[in-house]
Amino acid sequence: MSFLEYAPAPESKAILRLKDSYGLFIDGEFVDGSGDSFHTISPADESRIAEISSASDEDVDRAVAAARRAHDRVWSKMSGRDRGKYLFRIARLVQERARELAVAESLDNGKPIKESRDVDVPLVASWFFYYAGWADKLDYAGLGANPRALGVAAQVIPWNFPLLMLAWKVAPALAAGNTVVLKPAETTPLTALIFAEILQQADLPAGVVNIVTGAGATGATLVRHPDVDKVAFTGSTGVGRDIAKAIAGTDKKVTLELGGKAANIVFDDAPIDQAVEGIVNGIFFNQGHVCCAGSRLLVQDSIHDEVIDRLKHRLSTLRLGDPLDKNTDIGAINSAAQLARIRELSELGEAEGAERWTADCAIPEKGFWFAPTIFTGVEASHRIARDEVFGPVLSVLTFRTPAEAIAKANNTPYGLSAGIWSDKGSRILAVADRLRAGVVWANTFNRFDPSSPFGGYKESGYGREGGRHGLTAYLKGASA
Amino acid sequence: MTSTELARRSAVDVLGGDPDDATLRRFLHGLPGVDAVGLEQRAAALGTRSIKTTSKAWALDKIISLIDLTTLEGADTAGKVRSLVAKAKNPDAADPSTPLVAAVCVYGDMVGHAVEALGALHGDPDEGRISVAAVATAFPSGRSSLEIKLADTADAVAAGADEIDMVIDRGAFLEGRYGFVFDQIAQVKEACRREDGSYASLKVIMETGELNTYDNIKRASWLSILAGGDFIKTSTGKVQPAATLPTTLLMLETVRDWHRATGEKIGVKPAGGIRSSKDAIKYLVTVAETAGEEWLQPHLFRFGASSLLNDVLLQRQKLTSGHYSGPDYVTID
Repeated sequence: MSFLEYAPAPESKAILRLKDSYGLFIDGEFVDGSGDSFHTISPADESRIAEISSASDEDVDRAVAAARRAHDRVWSKMSGRDRGKYLFRIARLVQERARELAVAESLDNGKPIKESRDVDVPLVASWFFYYAGWADKLDYAGLGANPRALGVAAQVIPWNFPLLMLAWKVAPALAAGNTVVLKPAETTPLTALIFAEILQQADLPAGVVNIVTGAGATGATLVRHPDVDKVAFTGSTGVGRDIAKAIAGTDKKVTLELGGKAANIVFDDAPIDQAVEGIVNGIFFNQGHVCCAGSRLLVQDSIHDEVIDRLKHRLSTLRLGDPLDKNTDIGAINSAAQLARIRELSELGEAEGAERWTADCAIPEKGFWFAPTIFTGVEASHRIARDEVFGPVLSVLTFRTPAEAIAKANNTPYGLSAGIWSDKGSRILAVADRLRAGVVWANTFNRFDPSSPFGGYKESGYGREGGRHGLTAYLKGASA
Repeated sequence: MTSTELARRSAVDVLGGDPDDATLRRFLHGLPGVDAVGLEQRAAALGTRSIKTTSKAWALDKIISLIDLTTLEGADTAGKVRSLVAKAKNPDAADPSTPLVAAVCVYGDMVGHAVEALGALHGDPDEGRISVAAVATAFPSGRSSLEIKLADTADAVAAGADEIDMVIDRGAFLEGRYGFVFDQIAQVKEACRREDGSYASLKVIMETGELNTYDNIKRASWLSILAGGDFIKTSTGKVQPAATLPTTLLMLETVRDWHRATGEKIGVKPAGGIRSSKDAIKYLVTVAETAGEEWLQPHLFRFGASSLLNDVLLQRQKLTSGHYSGPDYVTID
């Protein structure tokens, strides 16, 4: 036998206590939605997981009203210390139910269990712990003399890190004293609904967090609601632009965390094996469904062939398959629609003359799958070098000098993240200084920490999430 | 042509010049650097592989067949070595289907006792026999003259050692006297020559715990291979830290790169500190996913260990019987 064909090591689904159907979470209770309900499916085999309610305009209205009541009567009057206690309690419950949340996330989203178990869920807990610590210190954090909550926050989150994006949004909002109406993505509502159960378990006062499920229309209604004070959105630049237009001229504060086309720059003095790992982690982590993914590899001409050779060798060892198997490296693409977009852009890449290479791996019959793919010979003018693919597709470009690397890295309408690989510290600092990107990683990629602000330049959005900066987006009169 | 000359010739090919201090320095310091955080992260990721059921059963047997069962104590006696050999020949008294270990590893003056105790079972692990490995060259410090190191090596080979575990001169390495270290390795290799012209296999111990940085370990790995080592080995077991997964990963990346450059396969031996089956399985995963599965054979990978064997045997018994027995159900040696 071949040792490398590791025997199946599936994480058990027995830990899940899923309901057959889920309502909306409004005012502390699960209630039926009045829109047409829909099914959430597992992208790995297209099997039905549960029936999910869809919130109509009236349901959104009720959720916002509940949030307003909770804000005015309870949450805004509560001391920071007590708000912190609730957040600490939520963080601990997330840890207690970590395995259940990880299994649910992998089932609903398609990401490998090793990522949901080792990255997503631990980060969720750390986000709540981190912001729990801020709740009673707002007056002393240089955020103004008397920082006050904005009121009701409308939060719309994407499907790539369903529970983690919820934590990024909910934790700072609650710490700052706001109440929340959250709309999870249509294809990944499951962990948000389990999170609602956690809120009940934590005895969070009714209405402080409300969760309305549904499609894009539900989110559009929510962010336009007149009684919402703050809009926080993570998702595509197109939808972000619509939201910015819709709320222009209102008093709503807004933060948008949108798309990206990050450059991962590898200089010829890079620690080569770690750089190859960083390239893999940069674009194939979470099937490339990462807004800050290192989707444009800029590699110095002199080491191009060697890097590509090593990269292909490494990609051949990646395991694609059952997201719940503990040895899976590459899970399922989240939806048929996303798979179609990845295919379309990849075909375009070939048509434009780039050379396509795909790792040789068996693709399961059911579900949505796309094997790790790299394009070499990509020119800056190609669509695959400019458009966000949001999938496991890497475009490789070359550069000759640091100046050219910087120019190419910045030559994008986006500016969310970037990576630099070099053994020379002074070069890293000099290049990082000139990159127009919100996050620059040096000799690493896709590392997240609640204390570190995250956000973009240009079409990647505005505002920062995480750290002390993340609080200012939820406070009156505060600036970072 | 002697092996020293051969090593020199292949080194000249790779280095593009004679293996003197300046040429070696240019080459070794021109190797891509190692990012410690990234290396450790990759090793940790490999350590999360979940090896279950049939894969685990295969892995446990494979680990046993890759062990250099070791005793390296000042208090070693002929009796202690005989009892070590008895354990090597019959690892699990309750289960004769248990594989044999690859080798027993002893001090040079104990080689004769080991050879005698092994009797007909002394030989190549590929042929179902057990090799005798001897530490040499003023192990563990390596602080003696070249003449003594060579005599130490020749003695052990003459007594029947199949494998020599030498130590490099870490002092000279840290001083940047790479040519000196190269020459010592090459000459020890020549001292491994038997009368019939064949050579005992040479494992080069770098004592990674004393080299301190991953960049140094990478350079020492290349230097050891260039000078003719058949195996690169982490540690003597007498210095902490001994073998670690990141260090072994780095050495495996080096032999992989050497293979890609020359077509030649060099072995890797982590030694010291690997005590549990769980840890040993992480090493197997790291070997298979870095150098490739073909490295999982006694001529290309070894564990230098003593207490590891019994933990593997307990795990093996558990797989067969479904329950854990306990330390009294395996023999201490």
